[in-house]
Amino acid sequence: MRFVVCGKPLLVSRHEAIEPRSDGFFTIHTTQRMSDEKTRPLVIEARALRKCFGAFTAVEDISFSVARGEIFGLLGPNGAGKTTAIRMIYGFSPLTSGSMRVFGQDIHDGWRNIRSRIGVCQQENTLDPDLSVEQNLLVFAGYFALSRKTAVQRTHELLAYFALEHKKEAKVGELSGGMIRRLMLARILINDPELVILDEPTTGLDPQSRHQVWDKLKELRDRGLTILLTTHYMEEASWLCDRLLIVDRGRVLVEGAPQDLIQAHVGDSIIEVDQPEPALRDFIAAQDLAHEDFGGRIIIYSGQRPELERIIREDYCAHTCTFRNGTLEDVFLRLTGRGLRE
Amino acid sequence: MSKSARYSLRFLRVWQRNLLVYRRIWMVNFMVPLLEPVFYLLAFGIGFSGLIGDIDYAGRKISYVAFIAPALLATAIMFNSFYETTFASFVRMYYQKTFDALLATPLSLEEVITAEIVWGATKSVLAATLMLVVIALFGLVRFPEGLLILPLAFLGGMAFGAVGMYFTGITPSIDMFNLPIFLFVTPLFLFSGTFFPVAGLPLWGQYLATFSPLYHLVELSRLAVMGRMESELFFSLTYLVLFSVVFFFLAVRAMRRRLIK
Repeated sequence: MRFVVCGKPLLVSRHEAIEPRSDGFFTIHTTQRMSDEKTRPLVIEARALRKCFGAFTAVEDISFSVARGEIFGLLGPNGAGKTTAIRMIYGFSPLTSGSMRVFGQDIHDGWRNIRSRIGVCQQENTLDPDLSVEQNLLVFAGYFALSRKTAVQRTHELLAYFALEHKKEAKVGELSGGMIRRLMLARILINDPELVILDEPTTGLDPQSRHQVWDKLKELRDRGLTILLTTHYMEEASWLCDRLLIVDRGRVLVEGAPQDLIQAHVGDSIIEVDQPEPALRDFIAAQDLAHEDFGGRIIIYSGQRPELERIIREDYCAHTCTFRNGTLEDVFLRLTGRGLRE
Repeated sequence: MSKSARYSLRFLRVWQRNLLVYRRIWMVNFMVPLLEPVFYLLAFGIGFSGLIGDIDYAGRKISYVAFIAPALLATAIMFNSFYETTFASFVRMYYQKTFDALLATPLSLEEVITAEIVWGATKSVLAATLMLVVIALFGLVRFPEGLLILPLAFLGGMAFGAVGMYFTGITPSIDMFNLPIFLFVTPLFLFSGTFFPVAGLPLWGQYLATFSPLYHLVELSRLAVMGRMESELFFSLTYLVLFSVVFFFLAVRAMRRRLIK
């Protein structure tokens, strides 16, 4: 069930997901969309994926499955093995061991059929700079062996859907970053895929373009498309993903719905204390509170304990204290650590 | 994935893409093969022939211009496909990421590489056709046998397209193409019976020339254009076919190693 409230809701149960809309309203999801997840057919079944490049192991052991109609997120720091895992799904990278089934077929034998039913949007701009916007779609349709008639019709529809019609004669080099991303999204839909795979679809976009991409992805999901994406933006993953996987060093750390992961790993409430005094550290130790200490800042995973919040606010906030909800970013940082990668 | 399942006629879709791009700038693409033979034939015909006079070839005296005209065709066949599958393919593969996009569609790596090499051969045929018209205007081609240049251009284009693609598979950066060009293409261009008969070389040089794919291409194009050759027709044809096949598979293997990770 969905309903829309006017203005900014002051109090919303933390079991509900709030989603801002472009018109200033908010949509509140009160029930879990994926309650029938178990009964849906699986689109991707990845079992014990492993990928080595010589002595280097990019993917150690990753298993997951994606049901039809889901938006599934693959998160992790740089070098966690996300892109390698994605390349294994569409049969670009052969598996060192494990198994990958898409639409119930093994990728090793069924790669051509599988690829004809999916769309892959890579991290880099892989549009054809020698061709116009329109030709990019028409030529790509050829690779899927679509008939000329279908190709022309789909191209026309997709240019309109992604608001690119006025640019159809333009060369790719003349497009802005947002338009390039829209054209890449249009191109992966040319074969009317059942599954789309997006590697960081909104990296480098301005907020307007990013929201537009989110809207389109949700529309596509609502039409029954299955979507797998990677992202470094946690608020994007929270809003978009029905379920997600956090991977690091080639292994799965956690899997679940964003709200469930927040509940399980950082709790509802978080208190951030800047420049904490020694007395706070003693208090934390005495109370045995779940926390992380970064020297100049302490994060306390306080749970729903108003009394605790009151004590800290009154007794231990010499400088700045922030009382806020737990987010997916907290989960991510808590699980993958704060050390820089690469 | 069995090897045979990786080859299908779907490669023609990628070939079509290259043709579409070629047609966008057809004026530039046509200019070189039309003007190049004019420049060479004028320079050598007017400027050089006086110094050299007639030369002995396959037991007969012919004019120097008649001697080099078929060689110009052969070198154009070589350059067109070799440059296409080295510089142009490298740009598509490395800078434009075109192959990455292709390999997320129902195309195999083998089909993409086949399309690139066949496209290189197609450019050779297009260039040879245009040059043949120009050379014919100089009265240096006998017809209809001269039209055999067209299938020959395809064969020669496959040979040099395949070896070019092989270099693309093993060359780390685009600047490094200077190496195969200086060590492979330039010696072939100069010592394959193109500008002087191979008989003018010392014996060891003549022996080496028989390993040159360009020598056999030049010989076959002399046979087509003027009805004479000094090498064996069957040997030259077989050599070119084998050269194409061997380097085709070496190219696919090198590109697979390079791209599939």
